[in-house]
Amino acid sequence: MSTLYALAKARAADSGFATQASTVRHVHLAERPLVLIALTFAGEANAPLAAMAGDTPESARLLVVTQPRNRDERFAFAAELAEIVTGYLGECESALRAELSGADEGGAGHGEPPGAFWQKFPQVIVPNEATIGFLRLLGRSTRLRRPDGPYPVDPAVPVLGRWLTFLAERAELPGSSLLVAATQALALHWATGQSAVEDRNLAAVLGWIDPPAGLTGRAAAAAAENPVTGPPAGPATDPTFDNEVLAPLIAACGRTEIGSAQRQRAVLSLQDSIGAVLAPSWRLVWRSVELLRGLTPGRTVSLRAESDLAAFLKYGEYLRDGGTPQPRRDSAVAAARRLSSLEQAQASYAAQRAFDDPLVLAGYRLTGEAFGGSVVAADPARLGGSGKRRMLRPLVTVETLDVVRVGPGDKLVSPARPRQSAVVMSVSPLAGARSAVELELSGGMGRSLVAAPGSVPAVGERLCYTTLTDSYQVSGAFPERESTPWTHGGPPPVYVPVPDDAVEAWS
Amino acid sequence: MNAVESRLEHIRGRVAPKSHNARTIAALTSNPGCARRAIMDAAGVDKQRLAAYSGFPAPFGQSQFAITRGNAFEAQVKANGCAELLRLLREHLGLSIPEVSYDDLNDVGGNTGLVVRHVRTRSLLARAVNSGSDAGTLFDHPLLRLQVAGRPVFLEPDLIAFQLGGRFHVVEIKSFAVIDGQADGDKVAAAVIQSAVYVHALRELLAGHGMAEDAVADEVVLVCPENFSNAPTAALLDVRKQLTVLRRQLARLASIESLLDVLPADLTFDLGMDDDGVPSRSPAELRDAIFTVDARYAPECLASCEMCFLCRHEAQGRTETLGREVRDELGAIDSIAAVLGLADGTLAPADDQAEAAGLLRAAARLRRECTGEAA
Repeated sequence: MSTLYALAKARAADSGFATQASTVRHVHLAERPLVLIALTFAGEANAPLAAMAGDTPESARLLVVTQPRNRDERFAFAAELAEIVTGYLGECESALRAELSGADEGGAGHGEPPGAFWQKFPQVIVPNEATIGFLRLLGRSTRLRRPDGPYPVDPAVPVLGRWLTFLAERAELPGSSLLVAATQALALHWATGQSAVEDRNLAAVLGWIDPPAGLTGRAAAAAAENPVTGPPAGPATDPTFDNEVLAPLIAACGRTEIGSAQRQRAVLSLQDSIGAVLAPSWRLVWRSVELLRGLTPGRTVSLRAESDLAAFLKYGEYLRDGGTPQPRRDSAVAAARRLSSLEQAQASYAAQRAFDDPLVLAGYRLTGEAFGGSVVAADPARLGGSGKRRMLRPLVTVETLDVVRVGPGDKLVSPARPRQSAVVMSVSPLAGARSAVELELSGGMGRSLVAAPGSVPAVGERLCYTTLTDSYQVSGAFPERESTPWTHGGPPPVYVPVPDDAVEAWS
Repeated sequence: MNAVESRLEHIRGRVAPKSHNARTIAALTSNPGCARRAIMDAAGVDKQRLAAYSGFPAPFGQSQFAITRGNAFEAQVKANGCAELLRLLREHLGLSIPEVSYDDLNDVGGNTGLVVRHVRTRSLLARAVNSGSDAGTLFDHPLLRLQVAGRPVFLEPDLIAFQLGGRFHVVEIKSFAVIDGQADGDKVAAAVIQSAVYVHALRELLAGHGMAEDAVADEVVLVCPENFSNAPTAALLDVRKQLTVLRRQLARLASIESLLDVLPADLTFDLGMDDDGVPSRSPAELRDAIFTVDARYAPECLASCEMCFLCRHEAQGRTETLGREVRDELGAIDSIAAVLGLADGTLAPADDQAEAAGLLRAAARLRRECTGEAA
């Protein structure tokens, strides 16, 4: 949260319409994402009630559990969901691999993945963060099951569990786009005039951003809070809906004999009611996708999407090689590694966003971690060093209105020339709260002692410099799991799938 | 009846006071600075009804599925003389309990009157402490009493007080799942504060019998379903911090007089029911009456207070509706119009706003530069 974002929210609250919070798009959007909405049965531990999923707005598939307390029906639901989710992921994976091997044969080698590659980017879009939590727990409750043994399940169920766990863990990585919550993606690009608590409601957020004609965003958001006209996007259902609609319908299904015509009618009316409750959210998630597609992607979006793809393909290969499911809890070393990679991703994502988006960078300018202004003096031919060690070290002076909290010796970089580094030589205050910052540049100017054209900022050019860097950071050294220190419990036991995991109760 | 009580009665109007339970008392600690809530709770106002009648019905409800599951889980834990619970207590309190007796205080010889049950609870609990026997005793549905805002409130906990060697442990049974040792943080927090209410009430009761505070343990036993099953698991939770908050808040409610002093003498939230029970007071007039008591709205109220939609409506145009974090970033200035006025330079800052105004102007300038947005 920066003052800039807070100001955007204040403007939205004042005008009644959402305001712009970024100038480019920071999430990757797949050409055919899988939209997934889920409902749970109140009171139970992550018991699925229904799901709606599909990779086009027209191809919604509805899954409904007629008796959510029944274990067999839950696993039948998981198997059906597996068909959709792992089916979708499998399609993406095989198309990607075909694309990759084709590229290798063509001798394209390394470099940018071909355009066709991007058409198969696997992406699951859910309405809100709570649905990511639901998928994480659904993954936890299914990934350790076995297709054999005392309580066999459909072989697709444990595979679904592993993929859902992979996606949910990946969603914690800042900047990843494999599993995306629509509310979060929207809040990254628009500021609503309501609080973060209220921003968890997708219908309300979209009300602010994209109100129906004739309504202000504020009025549309208020209307979206009525559970009758704007049913919640899950996973929790509206309690009044539970008591007045769902309870009698589920009871009706239970009263009738399996296979009878009455049963069929009861199941149909249950499916109709749930379908009607999910339909508005379905449209809202696709509307969010449409709105986000309307934004120009930032420069580094495809970089992050590439690392998503690499992780996805790697996990697919691991599964095919018979990899074990993710353990219930990470071992000490694995947890430390994971934390370190999350921190690195956070830092690099923050820097990349700022480099891509002047409005994000402006947040850093406000706090003195960056400044922007015009070049007022430049000496592009200046040389440093002596004799054979002479190097091109141009000087530029930037005049800025921003607060300057850097000092001589600090190393900066400009988003306009990310390969060139700048060292602060001096900062001098000028009249009218302005400052002049003199910088010595190195790198990114070609190999000769004369700078390549355009590689040194010219007088009059407007640009920003920041202390943020997206350079490679050496990750911490972690011991092998066999040498986990005693302070962290010593080496963990080797995971052997125990039958107990597979038969864990789900009641 | 003293002056404070009669004023509270007048504010409530001609309806029976809404009784407190651990949940409502726990909720008192969530927004201690709100005078509106303090007055309404002290007066025993039915906030749900008031909110609905004023045109801003509360967004709360409980699903019957959740209630069914909660009851089923509790019944399961208590089945067969609390067999499951005893197993957990042995494991988690590390006790060897040779023999345990069980007292159900749900009724006294068929009499379910509150006073009778409370008297019975008191005498049984006191006797258990004084006997000093090694045998453990489980007390189911003890009826406790607590002074809230000068009025006695009966608390009907869904709990068992477990006594061993003269020391009590509060046992709270909840039906949310603990998965791989982790549970939903909000739910645990709510359970902990409710348990703290019981610990406090139990201590009050025993203090009446000259018992020291430590007769009731600081740690409560939380019993929840484990993973995705119905099998119960237990954890010990320290409630000392919540007890401190609770005591401070109850002490504040006891001094409700100072809050009443600034209110008009004829203030009432009476709906003006006629003989058929139809309210005759206009909702607008009722809202005006409610607005005479200051509220301190925060978005967190949306999860805990029945009046939240009305207060949010009233707070429109103020930075607190955007959340505390946003408000702080805006220099803790109250009005959104003032924030924008300072940012656009159309409003001259007061002395204490100079720093905030500088930051806001810089932010507005940067926004204009990056988005081309007009001032």
